[in-house]
Amino acid sequence: MTLLEQFQLLLKNANWPDWAVYLTPAIAGILLILVFVLTIIIVFIWWERRLLGRFQLRTGPNRCGPEGIFQPIATAIKILLKEDIVPDKADKLLHFVAPIIVFVPILMLFAVIPVGEGAILVDLNIGIIYIIAISSISVIGIFMASWASNNKYSLIAGMRAIAQMVSYELPVVLSIVGVALVAGSFSMLKIVEAQGIPYILQQPLGFIIFFLGALAEMNRSPFDLLEADSEIVAGYHIEYSGMKFAMFYLGEYGIVLAYAGIMATLFLGGWQGPLLPPIVWFLIKVVIIFSFIIWMRATLPRLRVDQLMSFAWKFLLPMAVINLVIIAVEVLVLPLSMQWLIIILNFGFAAALILLWSKLFTLGGGRVEV
Amino acid sequence: MKFERYGIGIAKGMALTFRHLFRSPITIQYPDEKLVTSRRIRGNELVWFPEKCTGCATCAKSCPQGNIVISTHRGEGSKFEVDIFEIDSGRCIFCGLCVESCPYDALAMGLSYECAKYRRGDLILSKEKLAVSANHQPSAYYRPQFEDKLPKQSLLLYNQAEGGQKLKFLPLSKRKRGSGA
Ligand code: SF4
Ligand code: SF4
Repeated sequence: MTLLEQFQLLLKNANWPDWAVYLTPAIAGILLILVFVLTIIIVFIWWERRLLGRFQLRTGPNRCGPEGIFQPIATAIKILLKEDIVPDKADKLLHFVAPIIVFVPILMLFAVIPVGEGAILVDLNIGIIYIIAISSISVIGIFMASWASNNKYSLIAGMRAIAQMVSYELPVVLSIVGVALVAGSFSMLKIVEAQGIPYILQQPLGFIIFFLGALAEMNRSPFDLLEADSEIVAGYHIEYSGMKFAMFYLGEYGIVLAYAGIMATLFLGGWQGPLLPPIVWFLIKVVIIFSFIIWMRATLPRLRVDQLMSFAWKFLLPMAVINLVIIAVEVLVLPLSMQWLIIILNFGFAAALILLWSKLFTLGGGRVEV
Repeated sequence: MKFERYGIGIAKGMALTFRHLFRSPITIQYPDEKLVTSRRIRGNELVWFPEKCTGCATCAKSCPQGNIVISTHRGEGSKFEVDIFEIDSGRCIFCGLCVESCPYDALAMGLSYECAKYRRGDLILSKEKLAVSANHQPSAYYRPQFEDKLPKQSLLLYNQAEGGQKLKFLPLSKRKRGSGA
């Protein structure tokens, strides 16, 4: 039973009217999620700037408040005070709706991410399928934004968005199915409870595929072709300013937070951990994943479009299928008591497959220079 | 087995950026920490020594901006008394020609580079503002006699006199640069 349902029961016993019993916890839960997400996004923005600064031998913002913690707030005020410009020949309606369509699904993702035992808005029994479905809506918003801006750069970004997100959806979904197979459920709570050993050990290949796919889904470096500053200026939000731009900006970090939470839930054991309270464990895992993403951003250059597509279709997709088959056979053949054997086997498979596929997967005959 | 095609480059790059985390930043927190500038800096101001100045106006003639206003009257004997000596540092290009042309070493460039003002009028340096004071010191540009008194330039070094920390410079790599290409 989730905390929300307990709250509902409490109100019912206090003889509240039926509609209030239903509505109050729902609104409270939504507000709680909104506050939680926005706070963490602000901290994330600060953390990314500071950490990225340290990777580049800078200090990052450190003047506004202790260690610069209020810098994101200052940035938010600056963005909100800006004039809201709509291009002359833009599609006004789409231009207005697009940021909302990008941002709202990202918030909706948090409904099924458990941050503690029962601390989840709704324990859907198809939690993962819900996530897959909802997270694909953002791409429509991005394409709307790029089309409505009436700008060639943003249109290029929109085309790239469609190609990239649709291609990377497949390996992500297939690697999630592996998790669902082992856990025997699509419910996020059940998956966490099923993880005696975190699935990152049990399915290293699945985690790598999911991580890289998710990185492309959330447009982070090195897959940030949508926003490639150096080629298409700022991509799909080039014509946005003010509040609408803030929505995109929040959405960018919101989806990172969401995917980090999903990764922590599916592969790192969610809220589980010794000693510390569950929410702290969850946040620690999320921050570790986020820091790793920043680390990749600080290191890796952007991929070319053809490299991006061939990476999805020639590398990640076959690997995901093979991974799924291996997991399925293991679930069928090996008894559950042989966890450690499965772990060793899967690490062996992962190493062998990556080596083998890298050999096949060479661009331009393996020559680096063109 | 060569690992060049198996993503080993990514691992190398990640390791390199990870090592950067433990190096001290090479930025200077400007208003709090300042580098010591070159001793021969042509700062954003000029320093004038009234006791040495004879009012010959060589500086005013050599200024490409026509920037120096000088007016004198005949004092005791054949000496000129300087009534007005003004330099508009808003129009000055800090070329230093006035300093070089002064035959009596009465003019010097200043050390300071923090001369932003709120009003244009404040940029005009009058006789009083041009005189030497605690935070209005001459630099050694074309005036080598000042050079010994000034602190040595510190490039990418925290100001150790004020208790700052010295930067460590670790070599990027032990190997020769470009040996991988
Ligand atoms: S520094 Fe150059 S521009 Fe400035 S007052 Fe002297 S001669 Fe004129
Ligand atoms: S050149 Fe030197 S001595 Fe002559 S007026 Fe200028 S500052 Fe005075």
